[in-house]
Amino acid sequence: MASRGGNAETMLPRPFRIQQIRHETHDTFTLDIEPADGYDGFTFRAGQFNMLYVFGVGEIPISISSDPTNPHLLMHTTREVGTVTKAMGKLKRGDVIGVRGPFGTAWPIEQAEGADVVIVAGGIGLAPLRSALYQMLAHRDRYEKIVLLYGTRSPNDILYRRELQRWRAQFDLEVHITVDRAMSGWRGNVGVVTSLIPRAPFDARHCVALVCGPEIMMRFTVLELQRRGVPPSQIYLSMERNMKCGVGICGHCQFASFFVCKDGPVFRYDKVQPLFEKREI
Amino acid sequence: MRTLETILAQHPFFAGLSERHLHVLTGCASNVVFEQGQVIFREGEQASNFYLLREGRVALEMHAAGIGTITIETLRAGDILGWSWLVPPYRWRFDARAVETTRAIALDGECLRNKCEQDHDLGHELLKRFAEIITQRLMATRLQLLDIYGVKGG
Repeated sequence: MASRGGNAETMLPRPFRIQQIRHETHDTFTLDIEPADGYDGFTFRAGQFNMLYVFGVGEIPISISSDPTNPHLLMHTTREVGTVTKAMGKLKRGDVIGVRGPFGTAWPIEQAEGADVVIVAGGIGLAPLRSALYQMLAHRDRYEKIVLLYGTRSPNDILYRRELQRWRAQFDLEVHITVDRAMSGWRGNVGVVTSLIPRAPFDARHCVALVCGPEIMMRFTVLELQRRGVPPSQIYLSMERNMKCGVGICGHCQFASFFVCKDGPVFRYDKVQPLFEKREI
Repeated sequence: MRTLETILAQHPFFAGLSERHLHVLTGCASNVVFEQGQVIFREGEQASNFYLLREGRVALEMHAAGIGTITIETLRAGDILGWSWLVPPYRWRFDARAVETTRAIALDGECLRNKCEQDHDLGHELLKRFAEIITQRLMATRLQLLDIYGVKGG
């Protein structure tokens, strides 16, 4: 469900003031921002994204990674790789950026009630899933098992380290982390995130799977989930394309008959399954 | 108390194996325990066993000059450790170390090779199972090599 239509309001950035910039790893940071125009609150659903505008530099789409039940503080985690994100990384507390959004579809948090939830995140793909985790943990009694399987490049690339430690210590949330490579001092798992799926403790026939990460990782994750017996209609993916307008007008993020900014980024797997295997798209 | 044969029969790796073959395998099996940090085998040593991990975790490691010891994979309860016993010259290609106290069933490779020579049906059953595991590990290794979490502009 798209949150906003293609009216003029959606094209106008609102000013937000930076409260904090937190460096999560050597190349990722989280921006905490609050409305600077006096307008209180910013409602969004877990899985949606905003267009963040660094004035004079450019605008980019970034998933919202904060708690949807706390609309006063917005968080966005991104990697410092391009012109805009590098400029964003240099901003300081008190600086103002423009925000358009929220855009796109959300994780099926309500539909997952009463079932096991397995979350498979790869790399920075954990960011949009953190919002979903916050929301589910706020209503923990509505879900059966919640299992987070998180894979990243190396121990130094683990996002939200403190939160992961805290969640891991909770008895009602299973957290399994694996890295692709590590020196011998690392006592955790080494191997791809898909290797965690076969023995992860969830009921494949009665679960909802939320997946976000590089597309190739999602492809293999889906295969592994299906091998476990998870039906395609119970798997949700967050796709990434070159989003520009955010409202399905410009066409930059076209994915066959879909616009990822409007019809996605969260898709039910059985809706996009035929497209997923097409290398032309 | 569960017998070795029962444990083997219940392990997913041996699912569907006939009672006769399970009985033969049990003759080559023994219980082993590795303490945390204990080296199970080292690269270049004779590969005389493979292991069904029952509890704990094992790191597969390689030593690279100038870099140090790199963990290339960790294996957990339910995993199979080692297939070098199957392929000449029967030498380990990496080190294996128990990350935590690890209980396993060790299967004697030479004993198994002899049994498989005598009973090709057993050999076929074992090779089918190992081929699947080798394929899965190869796929996982390819994904690791792709460095899928690498940097992308934005």
